[in-house]
Amino acid sequence: MTNVDPTTGSLACVYRTEGLTKVYGEGPAAVHALRGVDLALPGGEIVVLLGPSGSGKSTLLNIIGGLDRGTDGTIWFRDQELSAMSDAELTHYRRDNVGFVFQFYNLMPSLTARENVELVTEIAKDPMEPEEALALVGLHARLDHFPAQLSGGEQQRVAIARAVAKRPRVLFCDEPTGALDSTTGRAVLKVLKGVNETLGTTVLIVTHAAATAGMAHRVIHFADGKIRKIRENETRLDPDKIDW
Amino acid sequence: MNPLDRKLLRDLWRIKGQAAAIGAVIAVGVLLLVMMTGLVRSLDETRQAYYERYRLAEVFAPVTRAPENVIGDLPAIPGVAATEGRVAGYALVDLDSVDLPIQARIVSLPDFEAPRLNDIFLIAGRRLDPANRDEILLLKSFADAHDIRPGDALRVTIRGAQRAFSVVGLVQAPEFLYVTAPGELAPDDERYAVIWMSRATAGAAFDMEGAFNEALLSLTRDAREPAVLEAVDRILEPYGGLGAYGREDHLSDRYVSEEINGLRATSAIIPPLFLAVAAFLLYIVISRMVQAEREQIGLMKAFGYTDLEVGAHYFKLILFIAVSGAILGCLAGIAAGRAMVVLYLQFYKFPFLLFELRSSSFVLGILVSVCAASAGGLLVLRRVFALTPAVAMRPPAPADYSRTGGVVRKLTRILDQPGRMVVRRVTRQPALMGGAVLGIGAGMALAAAMTSVMSGFDRTIDVNFNVIDRSDLTVSFTDPKSDKTILELQRLPGVIEVEPVRNVSAVLRNGLRTHRGAVEGRIATPRLNRAVTSEMDAIDMREEGVILSTSLADKLQIRPGETLTVEVREGRQPVLELPVFGTTESLLGSPAYMQIDALNRALREPDRVSGAALRIDSARSDEIYRTLKDMPAVASVSLKDETRESLQELMDSGAGAMRYVMAGIAFVITFGIVYNSARIAQAERERDLASLRVLGFTKGEAAFVLLGELAVVMFVALPVGALLGYALSFGIAAGFSSDLYQIPATFGRSDFGTAVLAVLAASVASGWLVKRDVDRLELVSALKARE
Ligand SMILES: Nc1ncnc2c1ncn2[C@@H]1O[C@H](COP(=O)(O)OP(=O)(O)OP(=O)(O)O)[C@@H](O)[C@H]1O
Ligand SMILES: [Mg+2]
Repeated sequence: MTNVDPTTGSLACVYRTEGLTKVYGEGPAAVHALRGVDLALPGGEIVVLLGPSGSGKSTLLNIIGGLDRGTDGTIWFRDQELSAMSDAELTHYRRDNVGFVFQFYNLMPSLTARENVELVTEIAKDPMEPEEALALVGLHARLDHFPAQLSGGEQQRVAIARAVAKRPRVLFCDEPTGALDSTTGRAVLKVLKGVNETLGTTVLIVTHAAATAGMAHRVIHFADGKIRKIRENETRLDPDKIDW
Repeated sequence: MNPLDRKLLRDLWRIKGQAAAIGAVIAVGVLLLVMMTGLVRSLDETRQAYYERYRLAEVFAPVTRAPENVIGDLPAIPGVAATEGRVAGYALVDLDSVDLPIQARIVSLPDFEAPRLNDIFLIAGRRLDPANRDEILLLKSFADAHDIRPGDALRVTIRGAQRAFSVVGLVQAPEFLYVTAPGELAPDDERYAVIWMSRATAGAAFDMEGAFNEALLSLTRDAREPAVLEAVDRILEPYGGLGAYGREDHLSDRYVSEEINGLRATSAIIPPLFLAVAAFLLYIVISRMVQAEREQIGLMKAFGYTDLEVGAHYFKLILFIAVSGAILGCLAGIAAGRAMVVLYLQFYKFPFLLFELRSSSFVLGILVSVCAASAGGLLVLRRVFALTPAVAMRPPAPADYSRTGGVVRKLTRILDQPGRMVVRRVTRQPALMGGAVLGIGAGMALAAAMTSVMSGFDRTIDVNFNVIDRSDLTVSFTDPKSDKTILELQRLPGVIEVEPVRNVSAVLRNGLRTHRGAVEGRIATPRLNRAVTSEMDAIDMREEGVILSTSLADKLQIRPGETLTVEVREGRQPVLELPVFGTTESLLGSPAYMQIDALNRALREPDRVSGAALRIDSARSDEIYRTLKDMPAVASVSLKDETRESLQELMDSGAGAMRYVMAGIAFVITFGIVYNSARIAQAERERDLASLRVLGFTKGEAAFVLLGELAVVMFVALPVGALLGYALSFGIAAGFSSDLYQIPATFGRSDFGTAVLAVLAASVASGWLVKRDVDRLELVSALKARE
């Protein structure tokens, strides 16, 4: 069923999961969002996660990202067992290592674009300037606008600037280009690729746009709470070449 | 500035109306706290300083007549520091401008030296010249009331002989902080005078040459007062000692203490109550806010903000509101305290009274309000900590409206869409609605309890002056007279009814509990001066025992059937063991009644009266007053209407006046709560309302969804508030009651009506404010930004 041997390359892995499950609710109403995920991800790659709606992609991302806990199974981040961490340790794991771009933007409505980025750079160890991060996504002219004054795509770009500004080791992006036109979408992907190349950040992208898979080192096909297939790209496309 | 702090400021600005309402509630709680604790401290410390500076005696020992040399025996008593003998007595002052006789207290000052004890504070004029026997000093407040100045003459009748004196100075003294004529509760500057004269003059006037009739003593630090009292009584016994008593039993000090204790008790009950309501409000607002911001909280946590950092963010919001409210309250408390001090000076004759605010009051105010607010806030923050970021980030699951009961289903069938939304929300979110109901109920309870206590004051006056006392005036005699005097009064033209009374001062004792007061002898079936049950039925006097007022029975911890020891302090000073056969509802003072003949028999002074209650024809009152003024037996006349007026004034000052402040505050709080509930509901439903508008509902229909919900909450809250208010009024009434007067908890329909009206008015006003905002709702931004 899976072509991944959990023991291979384990030392170089940033993430490794064994038998990860997630059940929401109880009894007859229980939803099995993850049904035993075994996965090993080498560091420094761009990984694209594909799968139908409701297949558990966001759930997996949230658990690896330390936002939620699995029901069963173990997860390793390098040599640390995430599934055994206390809440406070998880907080520090997120603070020091992880950047998020959420499916629903999730900006602070009462903070401007710049301040939303500052929210993260404030507590990061070696952050970019908020202006620099916003320039990366082409929003240098909208620094002092509130989320309510920005379009959906602009809000998403602020969210990306906010995520990359702390120069994270791992970047989780849940449908980062869902709301964007092809030009901006490509620009965003270019930013992600740049972060991956210059900082060596592992980038995990969940998307419905199968074409995005072209720029990934590794593509994971997800369905019904399980990994169906993992493919490694021999050659990778430049974001500019991606067929939207 | 850090971005979270900026968010804080913007959040504050967004909820400015609510924040101001909560801040105001905190402010008034702190206002009361600062004002009352400040007043207690000012009164307490000023009194202490005044007593020390003017050497107020710690023991007073009245005696019939003791030779001067006996005073020399007193310093030998262990614990006695200084002694002074003086002559004191009563007299009448005759003013042309006043129809009735005016009673006066006379006390002597040493001829050639400053008094060792009970010195005076000279305000105008000069001290007495020992060479001049016509000079007197006069109590400043009495002089002011009649516009008497140093240099004026005053006609004074002492022991039947009238004499003109020259007033040379106006004074105050620590033993006359609170001045009332004997038998009166409330002070009346016009109708009671205090006169100081030289020992020689007073000695001649009272036939006390070479003698004294009151010994004053001060004590050393380690003195045991009861032992001293006993020793003094033993020494003075052969000379007709009337029983030495300590300063705390001195009438003036007792009233001041009573006022201070009353204030202290009220300040311990009421401000905390108000602060608790504020804390509850803050809790509701912040918890709703946290609810609304759960996504943002999740986001902060996702970025790696610790629980502590996120908690601190919201805590700062709480602190900001609480501290601004507290500072405002402190400042207002100082202003209110200063204003109250002026009222106090009308009744308590302090030479000065500064409203002293100690920084500790300030700190206490801020601390208490912050603690109260944090108590509410911490409960909320616990919930913040409990959210996992992934859960927090998902928009809350839409409330489940699917399970709906049969009645509601039927009800919803006849309603239109917006009506259904109201019914479903109210029935499906009981916790939210319950909080709102409880909040508004609490506000209403405060308002209802305060209005009911206000009527309690009126009831005290009403019961006393319409039910218990049905006379028009009360006459007291210079000394106990034969009952023929009653017949004499009876014969006066215009006098309709006369009822004799015999009052004797006495110490009432039950085990270790004592009360210095009087026993009032009444005829078997009094008609003018009655004792009544709590149902207002008259109680007849019985031969064999005493009736105590409920407050006195409480103080002495004695029940009907038990035996009371009465140590009479007059005549042959018998000690009586009397059964208590009943208690009476007396809302004024702490009287004890006995059948007059039984009292006289016990005293072995048959057929004696010390005064009388009169009912008269009001058309002939002037004539009657003039006749009474000329009767040598009459020491004083008190008119019921005047007594009622001075009592009303007394209740409207000091601790009693707080009721107005508090009632005002209760209404502020009620408004604050109602307004907050409306705002919260609005914030929570903003998106729903916008959606409705987008779907084509009119502004009115959209507003109905919100206001309908408010209306439902309001009508459920009214009975809840009425019940809570009922319970609360007992506590508040007890807080206002004192030794002087008791305030009953009353539950007039009009009190609750007033409170209901207040809540409704607050609802209409809040509803209007909210509707105005709903009408202005910007559809696009409301739909776009979740706040
Ligand atoms: N809090 C929750 N309670 C119950 N079920 C949940 C919860 N969160 C997610 N689910 C369910 O878990 C399954 C996986 O959800 P998830 O959000 O991971 O899907 P997804 O692959 O990200 O879908 P999409 O592409 O639509 O975002 C879904 O069936 C969803 O209904
Ligand atoms: Mg998803």
